[in-house]
Parts: sequence; C-alpha cells; structure tokens
Amino acid sequence: MSVRRRIGLAFLLVPPLAWLVVAYLGSLAVLLVSAFWSTNSFTGAVVHRFTTDNIVRVFSDAVFRITTVRTISVALLVTVICIVLAVPLALYMAKVASPRLRLLLVIAVTTPLWASYLVKAYAWRMLLSPEGPLSWASGYTPGYGLTATVITLTYLWLPYMIIPVFAAFDRVPDSLIDASSDLGASDFSTLRMVVAPLVFPGIAAGSIFTFSLSLGDYIAVTIVGGKTQLLGNVIYGQLVTANNQPLAAALSIIPLAAIILYLLAMRRTGALENV
Amino acid sequence: MEPLSAVGNGEGQLNIIAWAGYAEDGSNDKTIDWVTPFEKETGCQVNVKLGNTSDEMVQLMRTGQYDGVSASGDATLRLIYAGDVAPVNTDLVPNYATISDFLKDKSWNSVDGQMYGIPHGWGANLLMYNLEVVRDAPNSWGAVFDGADKYKGKVTAYDSPIYIADAALYLSKTKPELGIKDPYSLTSEQLNAATDLLKAQRENVSEYWSDYTKEVQAFESGTSVIGTTWQVIANTIGSANKVQVNTVLPKEGSTGWSDTWMVSSKAAHPNCMYKWMNWITSPEVNAQVAEYFGEAPAQTKACEHTTEKDFCDIFHATDSDYAAQIHYWTTPQTQCVDGSGDNCTAYDEWVDKWQQIKG
Repeated sequence: MSVRRRIGLAFLLVPPLAWLVVAYLGSLAVLLVSAFWSTNSFTGAVVHRFTTDNIVRVFSDAVFRITTVRTISVALLVTVICIVLAVPLALYMAKVASPRLRLLLVIAVTTPLWASYLVKAYAWRMLLSPEGPLSWASGYTPGYGLTATVITLTYLWLPYMIIPVFAAFDRVPDSLIDASSDLGASDFSTLRMVVAPLVFPGIAAGSIFTFSLSLGDYIAVTIVGGKTQLLGNVIYGQLVTANNQPLAAALSIIPLAAIILYLLAMRRTGALENV
Repeated sequence: MEPLSAVGNGEGQLNIIAWAGYAEDGSNDKTIDWVTPFEKETGCQVNVKLGNTSDEMVQLMRTGQYDGVSASGDATLRLIYAGDVAPVNTDLVPNYATISDFLKDKSWNSVDGQMYGIPHGWGANLLMYNLEVVRDAPNSWGAVFDGADKYKGKVTAYDSPIYIADAALYLSKTKPELGIKDPYSLTSEQLNAATDLLKAQRENVSEYWSDYTKEVQAFESGTSVIGTTWQVIANTIGSANKVQVNTVLPKEGSTGWSDTWMVSSKAAHPNCMYKWMNWITSPEVNAQVAEYFGEAPAQTKACEHTTEKDFCDIFHATDSDYAAQIHYWTTPQTQCVDGSGDNCTAYDEWVDKWQQIKG
C-alpha cells in the first residue's frame, strides 16, 4: 500500500476508532472500575479505596433481585408483544399489500419515530389517566403501573421491530413461496418451513432493539408506571438520590450482563450472521 | 477556603440551582417575576436549573457548573463538608443585617460561627387534599398513613428518603412507646417501624412525586387526591382552577425546610451570586418569593411589603417559638442530630430503606 493510501486510511479510521475506544469502551471501563470504590456515607463523596462490597450487595440484596427480575420480565414481555404484533403486519406489508398501501403503511409505522419520546410517553399518561380518554370511551383503564409501562414501551419500540422484520420478509423471493406451494405445501407449511427460517434473523435483530431499549428505560416508567420502579430507577436513585456512584456502577453491571447474555443467545441461534 | 472580600462588578451571567418557585422570571405567571428586574439592575443573566430534591441539588452542585443553590437543611451540611460551597462574607450582603436572628448561625447553615450562606425562608410540608373527594377535612397525617386505605390507590407521597421523617414524626405522636423524639434521629428499630408504616402506605399510593409538576398533574387528573405537598403546588393547582384543593398543617406538626442560598466553591460568577443573595433577601423581593412559594420570609422587613397584610402572621414569620416547632429537613447521621447519642441511622441507610419501601 502506498504511503498516501495509508495516510488516507488512517484519516478515515482514526476518528471512529478513537470514539469507540475512548468514549465508548473508556466510559465502560470507568464504570466497571468505579464499581469497586466506596463513598463517604455522610457527604457521598467517592472514596478511592478498593472494595467488593458493592458487587456483593448487588447480588445479595433482595430489593435489587426483585427489581432485576421485574425489569427483565418487562423487557421480555415487551419483546414478545412486539413480535406478535410485528410479524403479521410485516408479512402483510411485504407480501400482500399493494405497493401504494405498502408505502402508506411504512410511513404510518415510521412517523411516530419523528415525535419526541417524552411527548409519546406523556400522551400515554393522558390516555391512561383515571379520567382520561380511554376510561371515558371504554369505562376501563389499567391505570398507572406495570401494565401501563408494558403498553407504553411496546408502543415506543414497535417500529424498531417492524422495520427489520418487514425488511426480512421483503427479501424472501416470491419464487420460493411459489415453489413451495407447487410442491404441495400448504400456506401454513410454507410459512413455517420456508419463510420462518428466512425471517428469523430479522425478528432476532428487532428483538435486540426492543429488549435492550426496554431494559435500559427508566423514564417511561416514572411517567406511566405509578409507584413501580425498574432497574434504571434503582440505579438512578443510587446515583442521584443516594449519591452512591460506586453502587450505581455496580448495579449497572446487571443490565450490561443481561444484554451480553442476550446477544450471545442470539448468536448461538445463528441470527446475527446475516443481519 | 476564604470568603469573598469584596463584591466587584457582575460577570454578566449567573447559574443557579433553585427550588421551583424561588427564581421566577415571569414564564409561569406573567405577574410573578423578580428575575428580570435583577437582570436589568445588575446585568447578570440568570440561568435557573430547578432542583426537585435535595439529593439532586447536591449532585448538581458537585459538578461545579453552578454559582449557587437554594439549599435546604438536608443538603447544606453535605455541601459544606464536601467542600462544594464556600463560606459567605455576610458583610457583603447588606440585607443580611435584618434577617431573623433565629435563622443566623444555625447548625444547618454555619460551621464554627462562620456562615455558609444567606437564609432565604422557611416553612412546613403540608397535607393537601382534593375537596371534592376528601370531604371530612382531615387534620392529621393519619389520613395518609393508618387511614390511607380510605383513599386506596389515590394517595401520593414525596419521592425522597427524607420523607421517612414524615412517617417517624407521625409515629412519635401515635406510638410513643417507640420513643421517637426527633424524626431525623432514629435508631435502627425506630427506622424499621417508620419503614413498615411506609410499606403499608405504599399499598394505597397511586404514585410518588418528586417533580412538583407531576404532583400538580396528578391532582388535576384525579390520579392523586391526598398527600404531602408544598404550598406553591397548591397555589399552582389553584390558579389553573381545574380541581379544588385545600392544604392543612396537621395536628402532629410537620416536617419542613429552612433554605439558605449558598455560593459554590467553584463559582465562575461569584459577584453576580453575591448580588443575587442580596437581591433575593431584599424586603420587597423576599416578600414576593415568600408569598408566591407560601413560606415564611427570612427577611424581617419583608413583612411590610407583602400584598396580604397579615401574611407574616399567618406564616409566623417572626415567631421564633413557632419556628422551633417545625422539624426542618436535616441529614440524618450516625451521630444523632438531636445530640441524643451516636447510635442513629445515617442517611445512606435511609436511602436503602426507601428503595425497599418502593420495592
């Protein structure tokens, strides 16, 4: 490689690599290291002395355990609901709808992404309020709590599921479906044996979005979650209320580990190879 | 660290952390504005960051990006001992001279006779209820504790560990056998009793509030009908006139706050901050703030400038005996803050309990 090309390559790669190493991995490293510090219990100032107390507490304290289970359950539930809603819609969009309707549907799915997160969350707060539109129209509202949180998060992240699943369906050649039915397979068998394996990577990709976004969310739950708290709220509480940065850092390892485990699980299924 | 020796010209900017209602610039209510006249007079552009809880204020001050803060007693000592705030030269704040004597050189705003701020005002946390739903005019905190199931799912509470003191205060009157004397000086056993009370309360809570707009919205939408509040919140709800609320100082007494404007030790605009401290404690402005927020002004001369003539009497502004009865927010420490011993529970234990209460 000529010198000039090397320099050109360096110019191209240094900024993103620097960003990745310094800003991204660097901050993660600081987080992990600070989990082993302690604080002055009165002023809350960080004391740079090594201790494993925080890690031990994270795994032994019942509050943290219950909150972790609750948070992961919410994230999984949101993911499952998103899949259930997205798959038929994406199938319809990709394979059944006319080009015109398909365009309209794509616009309808992506438009909410243009609105601010807070606006959407507060819209649900209004909608679900005891004297809000939902209770006025139907006489029933789940009120603020876990149910409302799952509904809101599902609404917020659904486009992130629909888009990759739609793309996956779109990529399945019609000829494969025709061939399958020519060979005598029923529509259901074609879906199950031909289409499903091909769109699975799309569903997996979408689920990574919905799972990780739900796992880290702590704002929607403060808006529509009533008195419920999720892991993010506990971490925020330790950081801001308790001024206990080391414990907050130790707690942050839980969602980090959950995401890594989820990614590894997805990798085992082979879903990540052609996303 | 040495306090400022002279106030020079303003630096043109001022970044402060304030409680909602403490630094109004007319954006909430056109007639409520004491920031703009200050900016005109001093040339210091004021940037206000609202703090929702004392903990948040401590956290924000620790960033070193602010010039000052209106700190309550549960934040002041943490700020002083962590070196986040500087001692204040009260000679440079002319209005300090006429501030109520019972607010000067107190344990929450001074160390060894050195003031760390200028007192702003004080008041009590109140019980607020929706007049349409709560018809029996409660005058006891029991309405949100032992009797809370009457309003199941409609009770609200302040989302901060310091709220444990409210439960402790209630227990000190209803369960004397626990021996609680000061709601901020709790032994483990007393803290557990307060925690149990709050866990029982949680069954009836709709949501906790720390952001004051959230409580306003919760009352206006009917999500909450009874709970602890500040007078400024009741005023905000009252001015929108969507629901009718009433506030009461319950018979058990109340927790409360005594706020102090403090200067950051890393202040980039100390001159503007000193000018602000003098401005906010000047008789006219202090009267305005106190009336808007619903608290007793620290400035004795403010009483001559309130629009409501007997405002200072209602809030017992110059009554030192009354002021002594409010249990001001203060940071719980192992060394009991009421001086009763050294086996008290510290604030970090309160934080853990609070997270347990919320589940």
